[in-house]
Amino acid sequence: MKIQRFNWQIWTGFVLSIFAFLSYPLVFVNWPVTRNFPWANLLLFAIAALLLFIGVRRAFAPDRRRISKIVSSVLATLSVLVLGMFIFVAFVASKWLPASTGAPQVGQKAPDFTLVDTNDKSVSLSELLSSPIKSVPPASTGGPRAPKGVLLIFYRGYW
Amino acid sequence: MGIRPVAISVDSPQESRDLCQKAGYTFTFLSDPNLEAIRRYDLVHAGQGINGHDIARPAEFLLDSSGTVRWRMLTENYWVRATPQQILDAAKALR
Repeated sequence: MKIQRFNWQIWTGFVLSIFAFLSYPLVFVNWPVTRNFPWANLLLFAIAALLLFIGVRRAFAPDRRRISKIVSSVLATLSVLVLGMFIFVAFVASKWLPASTGAPQVGQKAPDFTLVDTNDKSVSLSELLSSPIKSVPPASTGGPRAPKGVLLIFYRGYW
Repeated sequence: MGIRPVAISVDSPQESRDLCQKAGYTFTFLSDPNLEAIRRYDLVHAGQGINGHDIARPAEFLLDSSGTVRWRMLTENYWVRATPQQILDAAKALR
């Protein structure tokens, strides 16, 4: 029986598809350009798909043993599942957000609130709107002044 | 720019302090563990936190000095957030 060469395409394709999935939350999420649309990850998936396709074809060549056909089919199927999971996480589940119809609209007054800051001090929105920004220095402009506006950033937090 | 950024989440002051230290943020972080402000702004995302805690959905509001909303972003996909450029453009329109 002749020695069969290692089918590297199928294994690389499989590992690459797992990397394509994990690299979104772990790496590409850090930059808006790769986060807002995960094109980098989809590109990795495309390369993985190509490798898997070549690998499966190789495995199903007449001179390959049956085990390589089975292994390649399993790996290709798992890779498709990983892609499906990625599409679910990146495009489907991430859109399950509350409608927030009661959120303040443009032109409406933002409701006041009082919360605790990182110094355990109570701070209200009206204070944030009126108290001077200390980091704006020049005395030439009359010293610290009240902000022109306040940007409220609600985020999910780290719990 | 004269705009004061304020970040709000359900994180405790201690957690936010750690985050600020790690990331070097110097602006105000407010802690809303009981979702008082988050509920008033209708931004509660139920059961999304660890152990099914309620948290805030991502949202940004730019208020003018009178406290009126001048710009807002309620994302439709939580991977997608307002970019610094979008916020700068909105802030420029504030004068």
